[in-house]
Amino acid sequence: MKIKNVKGRGIPVAGNDIDTDRIIPARYLKLVTFKDLGKYAFYDVRFNKDGSKKKHAFNDEKFTRATILIVNKNFGCGSSREHAPQALMRYGIKAIIGESFGEIFEGNCTTLGIPTVIGSEVDIETLIKVINDDSVLEIRIDLETMQVSYGDFSFEIKQKESSRAVLTEGKWDSLSTLMEAKEETKKLAEKLPYLNGFRS
Amino acid sequence: MVNTLFDKVWNLHKVRDLSSGQSQLFIGVHLVHEVTSPQAFQMLREKKLKVAYPERIFATVDHIIPTDDQSRPFKDKLAEEMFSTLEKNAKEFGIKYFDFDSNKQGIVHVIGPELGLTQPGMIIACGDSHTSTHGAFGAIAFGVGTSQVRDLLATQCLAMQKPKVRRINVNGKLGKGTYAKDVILAIIRKLGVKGGIGYAYEYGGSVIDNMDMEERMTLCNMSIEGGARAGYVNPDKKTFDYIKGKEFAPKDFEKAVSFWKSIASDKDAKYDDVVDIDGSEIEPMITWGINPGQAIGISEKFPAVEDMPEDQRGTAMEAYEHNSFEPRTNVVGTKIDVVFIGSCTNSRLSDLREAAKIVKGKKVAAGVKALAVPGSQQVKKDAEEEGLDKIFVKAGFEWREAGCSMCLAMNPDKLNGREICASTSNRNFKGRQGSSVGRTILMSPAMAAAAAVNGKIVDVRELEN
Repeated sequence: MKIKNVKGRGIPVAGNDIDTDRIIPARYLKLVTFKDLGKYAFYDVRFNKDGSKKKHAFNDEKFTRATILIVNKNFGCGSSREHAPQALMRYGIKAIIGESFGEIFEGNCTTLGIPTVIGSEVDIETLIKVINDDSVLEIRIDLETMQVSYGDFSFEIKQKESSRAVLTEGKWDSLSTLMEAKEETKKLAEKLPYLNGFRS
Repeated sequence: MVNTLFDKVWNLHKVRDLSSGQSQLFIGVHLVHEVTSPQAFQMLREKKLKVAYPERIFATVDHIIPTDDQSRPFKDKLAEEMFSTLEKNAKEFGIKYFDFDSNKQGIVHVIGPELGLTQPGMIIACGDSHTSTHGAFGAIAFGVGTSQVRDLLATQCLAMQKPKVRRINVNGKLGKGTYAKDVILAIIRKLGVKGGIGYAYEYGGSVIDNMDMEERMTLCNMSIEGGARAGYVNPDKKTFDYIKGKEFAPKDFEKAVSFWKSIASDKDAKYDDVVDIDGSEIEPMITWGINPGQAIGISEKFPAVEDMPEDQRGTAMEAYEHNSFEPRTNVVGTKIDVVFIGSCTNSRLSDLREAAKIVKGKKVAAGVKALAVPGSQQVKKDAEEEGLDKIFVKAGFEWREAGCSMCLAMNPDKLNGREICASTSNRNFKGRQGSSVGRTILMSPAMAAAAAVNGKIVDVRELEN
């Protein structure tokens, strides 16, 4: 499937350096499938020990139908756990707009078909303000024109070029691409010094 | 043509260029642990695929295992299920698996080097961000997500975008009481937790040259905390000597050494960026916040929010709120409740030796819970042969079995409530050590040991012995 644009309502989770432990606490990594992770997204910042709700956008009714997550700097830093984007995806997130992203997290999102696009600090701050006031506003991310638009406004976005390419070409699920080169892979492995007794 | 190690190793493993601008890379060693692999094996089953190169894949258990009572089945049913799923997967797909009975089990980033699986000139991947550890040997090593673990199982390949390379020179000589942990915390503090995004870090300079292999592992381990997915040190005689005689060391060792020498960065190699740091200025470091870049030297005071660059103030305020520390007050004297010596960062023999030196003949302060958790069964055995276990136990430490333990608290080793932990691990994220309101102060094993016997943060350089 080619992913050239994503549209939907926005949900803001403000703050810099929101790490993968915050997105999905490690104790939920003990599940051998990803399928139930959606309900544990941001668990420790969403719920008190007794299960009662804290103030958090993911608990806020006005954002329940949102699909586009808006974040600040270095979102998803920390561990390689794919559980983080899996939890967000299974909660219903389809794309993320932020100021910057942890690198492994960004790659994991792309592999799941979740675009992670980068806007300037000012544009993100404005967007967060706007959706806090108007949570049903439709936001549109266009990966061909590299623009985010909402209402009468739009701003330019950036994205890691290889991520943009695989999403728009429909090659974000890397496995089929990698499997095309079975013979070439075999040939390369035969040439690797540590696999051929250091012949070469 | 002059090149960096990174370029040479990347090119050596490149199967082909992809239309996206990524490269398809062959991965020489794929390490597997129980937490990030079950979904990947399941995806293989669903797609009716086989593992392409099972002989290049090695598995062990580390994250979820108890470090006290390891009798099966584990008391935690989810942990037991995760453990037995890996056993089953390894068997079904024909993958070498180091379990408890092998005496080779341990934290995946401790056993890879220990068994000689980790070698210069390889690309190594694992579903774990601290895979950067293996870069200490002059390998390119990085963490991947579970879909990529699936890709690796099915093809032994990854689609990757080539990063830039930043050379970080740590010059001069380290002072008393400072270690690799302090060096990497100083680097992350200087360059920031996102400074390394899009880069691989090449560490060099006299301080790095003088480090032994275990120190280089500590250094490379935390590259990811600075945002760099991979970090490495060019291989040298220390690297070769370390590998020699290990179980998976190359049989034709001399030929291997000449290959390893050939892949080191050339003298005039060009880097995308170069950073110089004076090693003699690095003090014992501790973290005061909720990410590893929020670190200071032990003689400094907790920093004031208004003195920071604007984009760091939000996280700093959040950190002070979480930790209840006061800006502009002394770090030294901060009371601690728990001490954790372990993790893929600092659980190797030399780490335990440094901690034991400080603990020897002393007692853990009243009210402090102290854990010493060796990184592997082999480390545990070696430490016990030297009598380190007795030193720890006599002082009041708990001497545990090998595992990740309280670094990420996926097993029963957890902080309770607001406890403050002096920890040799790699992340001080909120909730990381198992209590959402718990607090983590990262430091070297020597500093953590000193905190244990004093019940508070002290400057390890000012201890009597």
